[in-house]
Amino acid sequence: MTEITLGHYLLLAAIIFTIGIVGIFLNRKNVIVLLMSIELILIAVNINLVAFSVYLQDIVGQVFTMFVLTVAAGEAAIGLAILVVFFRNKGSIHVEDINTLKG
Amino acid sequence: MLELQNIFPEIFLTLLLLFLLVFGVFLKDPFTLIKKITISGMLVCIPLVYLNFDNQILIFDKNYSINIFSNLLKIIILLSCIFCLVFTGQYLKRINLEKFEYMILILSSTIGMFVMVSANNLIGLYLGIELQSLSLYVLSSIDRKSLKSSESGVKYFVLGALSSGLFLYGCSLIYGFTGSANYLIINENFSIDNLGLIFGLVFIIVGLAFKISAVPFHMWTPDVYEGSPTSVTAFFALAPKVAGIGAFIQILFVAFNEAFVEWKSIIIFISVASMLLGSVAAIGQSNIKRLMAYSSIGHMGYALAGVATGVTVGISATLTYIFIYVIMNISAFTCILFFSRHKVYSEDIRDLGGLSKNHPIIAACFCLILFSLAGIPPLAGFFAKFYIFKAVIESEMYILAIIGLLSTVVSAFYYLRVIKIMYFEEEKEKFDEISGLGMKLSLAITSFLILFYFISPSYLLNLTDIASKVFN
Repeated sequence: MTEITLGHYLLLAAIIFTIGIVGIFLNRKNVIVLLMSIELILIAVNINLVAFSVYLQDIVGQVFTMFVLTVAAGEAAIGLAILVVFFRNKGSIHVEDINTLKG
Repeated sequence: MLELQNIFPEIFLTLLLLFLLVFGVFLKDPFTLIKKITISGMLVCIPLVYLNFDNQILIFDKNYSINIFSNLLKIIILLSCIFCLVFTGQYLKRINLEKFEYMILILSSTIGMFVMVSANNLIGLYLGIELQSLSLYVLSSIDRKSLKSSESGVKYFVLGALSSGLFLYGCSLIYGFTGSANYLIINENFSIDNLGLIFGLVFIIVGLAFKISAVPFHMWTPDVYEGSPTSVTAFFALAPKVAGIGAFIQILFVAFNEAFVEWKSIIIFISVASMLLGSVAAIGQSNIKRLMAYSSIGHMGYALAGVATGVTVGISATLTYIFIYVIMNISAFTCILFFSRHKVYSEDIRDLGGLSKNHPIIAACFCLILFSLAGIPPLAGFFAKFYIFKAVIESEMYILAIIGLLSTVVSAFYYLRVIKIMYFEEEKEKFDEISGLGMKLSLAITSFLILFYFISPSYLLNLTDIASKVFN
């Protein structure tokens, strides 16, 4: 059994972060999936912060995590609200249908 | 308790925001009254900021800095918000957007910007950025019956949330490898040999570059500018840019001062790319709001060129540039809000044909503003660019200066094209008469400042010079 060190946590966070970023750029279907990818990115950040906080024996990282969680909740609420408004106007939330504005 | 007196402006605006939010619910026709209270509250806030203008202290365990630099930026932010509310009154009335939440959102984003320019801690900076951005996401989709407005809201939200995520990831790396979120301790513990720190630095720069729409993170700007209601577009082009540049300077020169060599090359790249794209991509545009979007991308490039020098002269040039940029954009958007026929606002620049015959005064003002944006002497825009290039050349970054000058020449083309349409193309139907005093007033004041800036440039220069000395 190998011990789980800081490096493992950082690697996990980096992988989740990458999945989130890739999810935003490769997603061609649904805007809800974009919101989920954004949540993944924030989760990766939280893992990073808590791991560092424990490693450094410093409470600031956990305080930061609490703030990030709160703001992420607000961000998701606003994102869904904007999406509802968009759906009323367009009748669809497919990423390909977000194409009125271009030039 | 002693520390609290230094953040009176923030406390005042927050209390005002909370009061207005509740107050507006109880009124029958809240918009006009709430708008008046908001504008007068912001006017009162200017002397409150000025009260502590010369202070230079770090409060809340050195996590919040009050100094001339942040105070100057706060005053510029307040001025741009006030002007923005004053000259958009008539527009909001005509497109039936008189919701009092509009004022609440502008107020809350103003508080966010205050925190952004004053933060001396990554947590504070993050909260400031989010308070500002979350309000702006809602503002851009505030015209909820319009497809364009809601689509711009979706685009802005997705890309803005992505940039916040990148910024946060950078913050977590910086926190982990330096052991603190405080700028001063970050600077002490920064070592350029640590790859994690360099990654964190890059992520933070990317996140902030998104917020000021610098290339290569500009893709949201033209769409959001075009889709949002014009009054919101004007707001986007003014205050968030000031706050973004302020946060950029604060974090680069306080937290990452040790890593100057590392971030210098990144900032130079962003700056050059913004200047080039801002001038080249705008050529094919026929929508005036998209044109202004590319113009603001280009202007951010020039402002960042001053930051890239890494000396106080450069910061002072950037501050001067951003101040003059705000003035020019206030008057440009005031002019754009004049162009309505039968209460329908036209955004196509071909609709401006024959403006000089139908409305000679507005045409002359718009012509003046476009010349100033292009940087033609003796207008204010020329001096702004002149200080930047002077600082860049003094730091012996000749290639940056040459590319900057070349892109100025290219960008002059599309500004002059608008002037050509206004003066030499066939006449179109007349625009509506203007009834609002606010628009006339703000156009008169800003045009006057642009035209006669050269008479006493020393006042602004002294101010920005003192403000930039904070980073010595």
